[in-house]
Amino acid sequence: MHNKSIAQLSASLRGGEFSSTELVRHYLERIKNLDERLNCFVTVAGDQALQAAEMADQRLREGNAGPLTGIPIAHKDIFCTSGVKTSCGSRMLDNFVSPYDATVVERLQNAGAVMLGKTNMDEFAMGSSNETSYYGPVHNPWDTDRVPGGSSGGSAAAVASRLCSGATGTDTGGSIRQPAALCGITGMKPTYGRVSRYGMIAFASSLDQGGPLTRSAEDAAHLLQAMVGFDHRDSTSADEPVPDYSATLDEDLRGLRIGLPKEYFDEGLDSGVGDAVMAAVDEYRKMGAEVVDTTLPNTGLAVPTYYVVAPAECSSNLSRFDGARFGYRCDDPDSLEDMYVRSRGEGFGPEVKRRILIGTYALSAGYYDAYYLKAQQTRHLISDDFKQAFDKVDVIMGPTSPTTAFAIGERSNDPVTMYLSDIYTIAVNLAGLPGISVPTDLVGGKPAGLQIIGNYFQEAKLLNVAHRLQQVTDWHLAVPEGF
Amino acid sequence: MSLDRLEVEKIAHLARMQVSGAELDAVAEDLSDILDLVAQMDAVDTAGVAPMAHPLHMAQRLREDKVTETDQRDHFQAIAPATENGLYLVPKVIG
Repeated sequence: MHNKSIAQLSASLRGGEFSSTELVRHYLERIKNLDERLNCFVTVAGDQALQAAEMADQRLREGNAGPLTGIPIAHKDIFCTSGVKTSCGSRMLDNFVSPYDATVVERLQNAGAVMLGKTNMDEFAMGSSNETSYYGPVHNPWDTDRVPGGSSGGSAAAVASRLCSGATGTDTGGSIRQPAALCGITGMKPTYGRVSRYGMIAFASSLDQGGPLTRSAEDAAHLLQAMVGFDHRDSTSADEPVPDYSATLDEDLRGLRIGLPKEYFDEGLDSGVGDAVMAAVDEYRKMGAEVVDTTLPNTGLAVPTYYVVAPAECSSNLSRFDGARFGYRCDDPDSLEDMYVRSRGEGFGPEVKRRILIGTYALSAGYYDAYYLKAQQTRHLISDDFKQAFDKVDVIMGPTSPTTAFAIGERSNDPVTMYLSDIYTIAVNLAGLPGISVPTDLVGGKPAGLQIIGNYFQEAKLLNVAHRLQQVTDWHLAVPEGF
Repeated sequence: MSLDRLEVEKIAHLARMQVSGAELDAVAEDLSDILDLVAQMDAVDTAGVAPMAHPLHMAQRLREDKVTETDQRDHFQAIAPATENGLYLVPKVIG
């Protein structure tokens, strides 16, 4: 059962081959047997899942089921779920049960999807390896001594090891695409504003975007369809028409103009990953696409710009965690100030603290122009690079991450080296564009990702381009041994 | 750009977040490394470049000024560390 795609599972459920209850029991059993080695889940919501499966089975019997009815999925533990703990990977929210559902959770529930549980993640989505979680690191199913990537590492590892049929994630600087690449699955960050941020715990509000992690582009189209759309409860939700993402998956790619930015193939790129990416590009050539050289000259500014903008927004967003209204409060505070200082000092881990401090510094009196204003200006230059590139090409392709999965502990004591893991993904968030990572062929037995970047609201085109590759190769079907 | 212990203490105070004496040196070193990375922005002349605050250059949506939410105080306060008579309790502020 667990090797079937979402579309296949949906057909089996409608055909009565098995019920959603049987399917959910099967996945819960897999989680019970396998997750001890991976640590993908912070919370498994078995009872709620079985209740939801029963309701899905009723809808199936009544004949009013949609494509996701009865399909078992997992939510990154950053999406608020009423009645089930939402920790955001932090001690600060270890006791937090949200009084409401995130829009993404509500929409997937309305579509009939069944939530199996909440997945592990870097604390407050700050990390590229899942090592900053209060609940311990997630292990990559391809090699359990290695990281799954982050911050949506639990979702990526759970999908790769088929502990759920798909999962949600969030991407602020690569947090869907990079773990998708390192775990050998498909992960999409939609255009900023496409998926509602309501109930998605905020890290950097001008960059955060939710999206799907799945085993194929076709599955991603199904999950994304249920997630997108205008939401009045998110002040930056985009009021744009929503196309049928599945309808255009098979469109012909003859004449598609693919831009390869020379800055994405520089000396920092592992040569094996580079070769695998070029082999994928060759498949597109064979399909009749035209490959052209392009340039994104300000690529080198993306990581420095991000590490001002994201921490500045994070220091402001995370000021809400003060021990007063919800979340962690220190023992026996002797004053209001003591309560703030110790609740935050004890509730946040080292990486979150670093980013709050950097952001606080960048926004403090006398430094605003040198840091925040300057970063907003360089952000404009980065965004203009893409604008100019998209005058001449339809999509941009390159590697998702410069290397395959690195060892647990290898980079955790060196924040700057860790930050550079996201060099190819970060600029996409700064510009607000959509991007998708799809598996290339394995590199030394480990997964790597091809990143495809599109123009604003071109999610359907990206899914089409990704799907066609998955029609002519079987790279996305590779599964890790032992899972 | 390098920060010392004293500066880190000052920033931690602004953030109302405890950084213990034992952590200060390591934190100062990490923050200095991050600021060195960030300083690469300075190599580019941005005179006359408009700051970009938002990816889609949207304007803030406005809505009619009327009450749309129902009272859920008890529901929201059920997860608070301490409340009394519908108010959040914190340590004494006025002596």
